[in-house]
Amino acid sequence: MTTSTFPAKDTSTDFFRKLWGWIRKVPPVYPIFLVIFLILGFLNPKGYQTMNGIMTYFRPASPLAVLAIGEMVVLALGGFDLSVGALVTFVVLVSSKFLANDPANALPDILMLIGVGILVGMINGLVVSFLKVPSFITTLGMMMVVRGAALYYVGGAPQGYLTDNWRAFGRNYIQNVPFFTRIPYALIILIVLATIAFFIFHRTNYGRQILAVGDNTRASQLSGVRVKLIRVITFIFCSVFAVLGGIMIGGYGGVNVTIGEGMELQAIAACVIGGVLLGGGKGAVLNVVFGAFTLQAVVNLLNQLGLPKPYTDAVQGLIIIGVVAYSALSTMKKR
Amino acid sequence: MLEEIRTTPAEGSAPSQPLLEVRNITKRFPGVLALNDVSLSFLPGEVHALVGENGAGKSTLMKIMAGAYIPDSGEILLQGERVSFNHPREAQQKGVSIIYQEFNLLPERTVAQNIFLAREPGKFGTLNVAELNNSAVSVLKEVEADQLISPTAMCHSLSVAEQQIVEIAKAISFDSKVLIMDEPTASLTSTEVKILTDLIRKLKARGMAVVFISHRLIEVFDIAEKISVLKDGQLVGTVMTRDTTPQEVVHMMVGRDLDHYFPPLGRTEDFGDVVLQVKNGSNEFLKNINLELRKGEVLCVAGLQGSGRTELAQALFGVIPFKSGTLEVNGKIRNIKSPPDAIRLKMGFVTEDRKTEGLLPMQPIRDNILLTVRTLQPLLGSIFKDGIRNSRKLVPTLAEQVDLRADTFDREAQFLSGGNQQKVVLSKWLSSKANIFIFDEPTRGIDVEAKAGIHDMIRALTKEGIAVLMISSELPEILGMGDRILVMRDGQIAGELPAKSTEQDIMLMATGHSSSQDAKNNESVGKE
Amino acid sequence: MTTLPASESSFKRISRSLNIPPVFYFLIFVFLFSGILDHYFADGQMFSNPLIMLNIIVRSVALGIVAVGQTLVLIGASIDLSVAYTISITAVMSSYIMQGNTNNVPFAIAGVFVIGIAIGLTNGLIITKLHVNPFIATLGTSLLIKGIINATFSNYTGSVPQGFEYFGYGMIGPVPVSIIILFLVVIIGWYMLARTKFGAHLYGVGGNSEVARLSGVRTDRVLIGAHILCSVTAVLSGMFLVSLMRSGAPWVGPNGFYDLNSIAVAVIGGTALSGGKGGVWGTLAGVLIFGVLSTAFNQLGVNPYLKIVFQGVIIVLAVASYTIRSKKEAA
Repeated sequence: MTTSTFPAKDTSTDFFRKLWGWIRKVPPVYPIFLVIFLILGFLNPKGYQTMNGIMTYFRPASPLAVLAIGEMVVLALGGFDLSVGALVTFVVLVSSKFLANDPANALPDILMLIGVGILVGMINGLVVSFLKVPSFITTLGMMMVVRGAALYYVGGAPQGYLTDNWRAFGRNYIQNVPFFTRIPYALIILIVLATIAFFIFHRTNYGRQILAVGDNTRASQLSGVRVKLIRVITFIFCSVFAVLGGIMIGGYGGVNVTIGEGMELQAIAACVIGGVLLGGGKGAVLNVVFGAFTLQAVVNLLNQLGLPKPYTDAVQGLIIIGVVAYSALSTMKKR
Repeated sequence: MLEEIRTTPAEGSAPSQPLLEVRNITKRFPGVLALNDVSLSFLPGEVHALVGENGAGKSTLMKIMAGAYIPDSGEILLQGERVSFNHPREAQQKGVSIIYQEFNLLPERTVAQNIFLAREPGKFGTLNVAELNNSAVSVLKEVEADQLISPTAMCHSLSVAEQQIVEIAKAISFDSKVLIMDEPTASLTSTEVKILTDLIRKLKARGMAVVFISHRLIEVFDIAEKISVLKDGQLVGTVMTRDTTPQEVVHMMVGRDLDHYFPPLGRTEDFGDVVLQVKNGSNEFLKNINLELRKGEVLCVAGLQGSGRTELAQALFGVIPFKSGTLEVNGKIRNIKSPPDAIRLKMGFVTEDRKTEGLLPMQPIRDNILLTVRTLQPLLGSIFKDGIRNSRKLVPTLAEQVDLRADTFDREAQFLSGGNQQKVVLSKWLSSKANIFIFDEPTRGIDVEAKAGIHDMIRALTKEGIAVLMISSELPEILGMGDRILVMRDGQIAGELPAKSTEQDIMLMATGHSSSQDAKNNESVGKE
Repeated sequence: MTTLPASESSFKRISRSLNIPPVFYFLIFVFLFSGILDHYFADGQMFSNPLIMLNIIVRSVALGIVAVGQTLVLIGASIDLSVAYTISITAVMSSYIMQGNTNNVPFAIAGVFVIGIAIGLTNGLIITKLHVNPFIATLGTSLLIKGIINATFSNYTGSVPQGFEYFGYGMIGPVPVSIIILFLVVIIGWYMLARTKFGAHLYGVGGNSEVARLSGVRTDRVLIGAHILCSVTAVLSGMFLVSLMRSGAPWVGPNGFYDLNSIAVAVIGGTALSGGKGGVWGTLAGVLIFGVLSTAFNQLGVNPYLKIVFQGVIIVLAVASYTIRSKKEAA
């Protein structure tokens, strides 16, 4: 009815410029995830265009995301935790014996595992803080200790099976859900854990101090941050999340000796895809969750294309190198 | 391999061709004009000293001569021919060597390995160890150190003086004609200085031109024939040592018109109780520090590079704590062993190097400002509760207080200008309610306009009763801001000067040519 | 840095002038300690039975060879975490090409060397040209190799002809061939570090790459060279292992923790993680320490899995003994 007071041409370019600025701010992980998921949907409609199929996808994707969140806090601190995969192995193998096929043991088992997670994280943090051993070496050593301890406890081979109630976290679904048809427990657990992690990392003083230490440890020290305390707590956080993720993985995957191998690298890859910088100082829970989703989708895509599983390791290696190189080179250009 | 240059004139004879000449050198860095049309020449067989206060341009000039920087305009002539150095190695090969204050030696390698790094003797990629060591011995002979230093000694086991000799030997092995030395006597004992002086005389006798950059006028007058004074990037003048006195040189270094207006100094009635007192404070860097800081005053700490000012700030803040003596805050004896101790005592420390020690470059402004406050709160406390006020209001309030202008507080700190970054750091300490502020070079690297803003702000802080200890290398700033002035030298307090002192008073005390007593009596300063 | 203190214990002065790194004292201590334990808790045969002693050294050969390569890389202030999988791929590829046929042996050897050089070159290029952190770069390549191995092989593959077993089992007089090879590798490693320009430049690059660069050292080339040499030693280790096992299996590398162990023995031997310092003789001592400990564990009947646990602890503590003195916060 009324004519605009501005020439029509200006308004539209102004709008597009704003839109473009808004688009540029979106972390790349989301469009990448969308694209890959759409390709999957195209190749396998039953698996990725139906609610049923999508929910199945979330079963392995969720624990990977949990591991990734744990790894993220350590990466944001400027360190590495390479013992998370071994913790997954520990969780699955030790439970196979500890449960003694008796569902009543599930709760004590889980409590024990969380206790182990806290212990492992605490040792990692203390060694890096007080013995000054770089976290890379410390957690590699811890990886050996944890894996060795697990194998020792079960005598080299799984000793039993994982009881159904224990496996429920990773395997079962809530059935008969409107619209979603069914939702895996794993996804619910992920949502809960991710929310807690989001709150802790993005909304507490502790969380902000993690980023401070990772960004500039010296300045943080001079500003009153208790660096050593923050570090120990953060490693504990990571190990506990690894344990929780391990319970979910054991849930849907069952027991086998090699479970958990390489998961630390998958967690790092998921973080890197989610925009975490390997020197510390940057991280976001939601981005990393979708980084894990993307990684899982890529793995599924490669399977879909007929590529045998081992190639996915190779692809992961390429992804890690590629993303890290890209961010290293683009940071250099900025300088 | 090692020849002497037979162009040495006897003193008093006809002037010879300069070995190295720089003409009309200008060099700019973001925000500062480091060198402005400087021309100098360096004659063979002469020790030519370059002096000037911190930031006068000496370091930039010497790096240009050594090939580490490229000048924006001007030319360099080596024995009359125009040259341009794109890499320090080029300068070295053409005969210009530089010895930095920090030495470019590999501590875990031997003397011989260091001297001949990347030039090792040997065929087809092999290393001829015997020849390496023998060549090192020959070079050491040239500086008469072959009995003192073994070619197979590890560099980390040598004293500072011995390492310096190795650096000189390295320069000689390049057949250098010009040797630039940056603060060579800074870490030497007096006996070692004597050895160095003798060595330099030998280099002179070989016909080398020695460029000697130093703050220590005693040594400058002892060793150099010529002195050139730089000030604010320009050449003030060149004098023959025998024709001048340290006082005159100091005058050339500092005399300037006050073109910058500072906020008015505090008056005695503005100053309150003593909030910080140190008695006999000592540690590995400081000796017998005695100082008092009162509410509402600005205590400026002056001194040359290496005099211990930053170490003093670090001791007060618990970074490198005092090992003996007492420290009282508000009358109570306190033990400050770490930054959190100091912060809890309501102290704040705006460090010299904000980029590496003050700022979190990848975090938004908001998180930088709130960092210290958050460390005082419970770990799992929500970031929206900060015990003072909702953080959404706190940040803009502080930003206004320090006149920090940013389009959004979510911008990463690394993208701000130097002046704004400094304001962010300042806000951080304001938010933690510090009432004792330590500033270390608060306006370094900041443009003139922002500087004035920071000075006004510091004064405003004192009006609220905050006590300020300010370290600075800029004499006008010290005089413009200092209600009292402490001068440091060699890790000790050389003396205290009142507010109406002159730049000369400060510089003389800093270089060791007068004492607090003399300044008060206004007598002529002691002879060296 | 100040002048040496006037009074220094004469012991320290003598050992400093003889330039004996602390690791040799560790080695003697470990020998004595293990001997005592063995005497009281086991059959006391460890040092009296020459076969067992020999076993210690043979066990050390595979680790020792690759540790020499890792030493080179560490001196350059880099690191190589891809050696374990390089060993694996060498084991399977060489065994596969040989197929038990002596005629194929030269092809197998040539083939795996080419692979090794390619891996080292890739590592070096990613680190120097793409500016990727060496931890990540070599972890990434190890994943790539792992993928390629697992995609092609899943079990023991091929076999080693009789002649090739000489590497692992042969003897020249009373001395096993494998030990001779180990010493050769160590000597070559020493020669490269101490008697070539490459070695001198490598120490420079690792000690202070800026100083090295300013002095004219081609830092990129030197580092790439070190990585190639390291991968080549991994290949040698792999060939030794496959000759011992008579057939190549994909899990050989990671199961032996050759990545972490090679780093650990180098660090124990005095090579700094930060670069610029260290040498192969110290690494050899470190390897022997591990060999003695490993044999002692066996003598004492320690469960192999517990052994891994102890190894992890010992490695971290060994590195800690060097890092604990640093004043900077670790990451």
